[in-house]
Amino acid sequence: MRRQFPLIITFFIGIVIIISEFIPHKPFGQLSNTFYGWFLIISGFAIILGQLSLFKINLIKISRKAPNWQYYIIALVSFSIMVLIGILWGTQKQPGLLANTQPLVAFFGRKPFDYLFKYVFENLSSTMFSLLAFFVASASYRAFRARSPESTLLLISAVLVMLGRTTIGTWITGWVPESLTYLHLPNIANFIMEYLNTAGQRAIMICAGLGVVGSSLRIILGIERSYLGGK
Amino acid sequence: MKILNILTKIDRRIIFLLIFFGVAFPLLVTINFKLGVTKNVRKVYNMIEETPENSTVVISYDYGPSTKPEIQPMAIALLNHAFRKKLRVICVALWPMGVQMCNEALETALQYFPDLKYGKDYVNMGYKAGGMVTINHMAKNFRSTFPTDEGGTPIDEFPILNGINNFNKIAFIIGLSAGDPGIKQWVQVAHDSYGKPVAGGSTAVQVPFLMPYVNEQQQLTGLIGGLKGAAEYEKLINLPGFATKGMDAQSIAHLIIIMFIVIGNIGFFASKKQKN
Repeated sequence: MRRQFPLIITFFIGIVIIISEFIPHKPFGQLSNTFYGWFLIISGFAIILGQLSLFKINLIKISRKAPNWQYYIIALVSFSIMVLIGILWGTQKQPGLLANTQPLVAFFGRKPFDYLFKYVFENLSSTMFSLLAFFVASASYRAFRARSPESTLLLISAVLVMLGRTTIGTWITGWVPESLTYLHLPNIANFIMEYLNTAGQRAIMICAGLGVVGSSLRIILGIERSYLGGK
Repeated sequence: MKILNILTKIDRRIIFLLIFFGVAFPLLVTINFKLGVTKNVRKVYNMIEETPENSTVVISYDYGPSTKPEIQPMAIALLNHAFRKKLRVICVALWPMGVQMCNEALETALQYFPDLKYGKDYVNMGYKAGGMVTINHMAKNFRSTFPTDEGGTPIDEFPILNGINNFNKIAFIIGLSAGDPGIKQWVQVAHDSYGKPVAGGSTAVQVPFLMPYVNEQQQLTGLIGGLKGAAEYEKLINLPGFATKGMDAQSIAHLIIIMFIVIGNIGFFASKKQKN
């Protein structure tokens, strides 16, 4: 019953949602609305579950002294500080448990959570993402080699798009007369993106869409049961 | 021989250093490369231009601080344009940190529009988990999806939301996204199921995946791609900001990368010729 009951729920809800897309009237329309509402509530709980799981995994790694376990302490402490500060003094317009936030707001210029978010988290996050530029540059130098006709094509299109998607492209080909605008690097980059890239992407999307339909049907009909856990 | 070796084995620290200076220099000294406007960005601009005054629009903030440098400039430019055209803006977020992104964008944009009132001209409904299902639920019953704004104030207290029960009275939706859930979900639900015009702003890396939606059916009315798209939009509304400044840095960085690709290939071909 532990496995059959979830399968029955999945089948029932899946079928009702599919029918409601074609017959959005009573009772299917109402039922699907209710299910959407339930989904939103469950999603909220999933966030709490995720946080608890993050806490548990980090604790386990620290207690087992996994490689680089010191970093997990930093993650756990940072996580706890943000949660605690958020609960005590609130965030932006959300009030916290402690009513008197004025002295801290006067000191930091905003609530402590918002201060940490803006001046610590945002900068760290942007820095992590920006570091990609360095690795992309190094990787491009090592990997982008014209070893075969395919890689040469990739190389040429990458360089054209890179130039066309920046102001350098406009600068290099800005002198080309109006009658030859198709030779402007931004236009060449647009052509590659709009036609060559889009054609390939559409093929991938159609295949992925068919795959989603197939796997959804497998889940609804109870053929695919891995989401239930176990073997 | 020696030169060949150097060309194929440049220390990555040299590449890092050059990229660092290439990015830092244009941020400190303005170069102002000439910038053209691409048609996909102009389409977004035209969509806002052609929307009647006092229409209500939705802007969705589906990104976080990691992609803020790329997407926030377009968020600010779009808000400026919408406020200039006297549109009412409802902000929502499918990403938890989108709420803060929205508030920061509003803070910057409102410097030019100090008379606008929260709840009357704009409102931030906050974050709602669920992605595609949230959009679907919003389209069917906006008020039960967002019973309060981000601060917990009931939506009945906001004049901007009077009569907003679903997407019927929403003129268009703009999704600013750095991944899933984001523009794709807005297109699939808001446009494809409910016929609402949807435009988007995304990171440059996402553009290839979203381009198929910019088609004759106008699944996406237009797409602002990356920092360049944001800089183009700033140019269109004649309000140069961070994107315009950042474009010089990005252009120089791209040029350095291309330079290294060329150097790498010269070394590769020369060493290949030597082996033969």
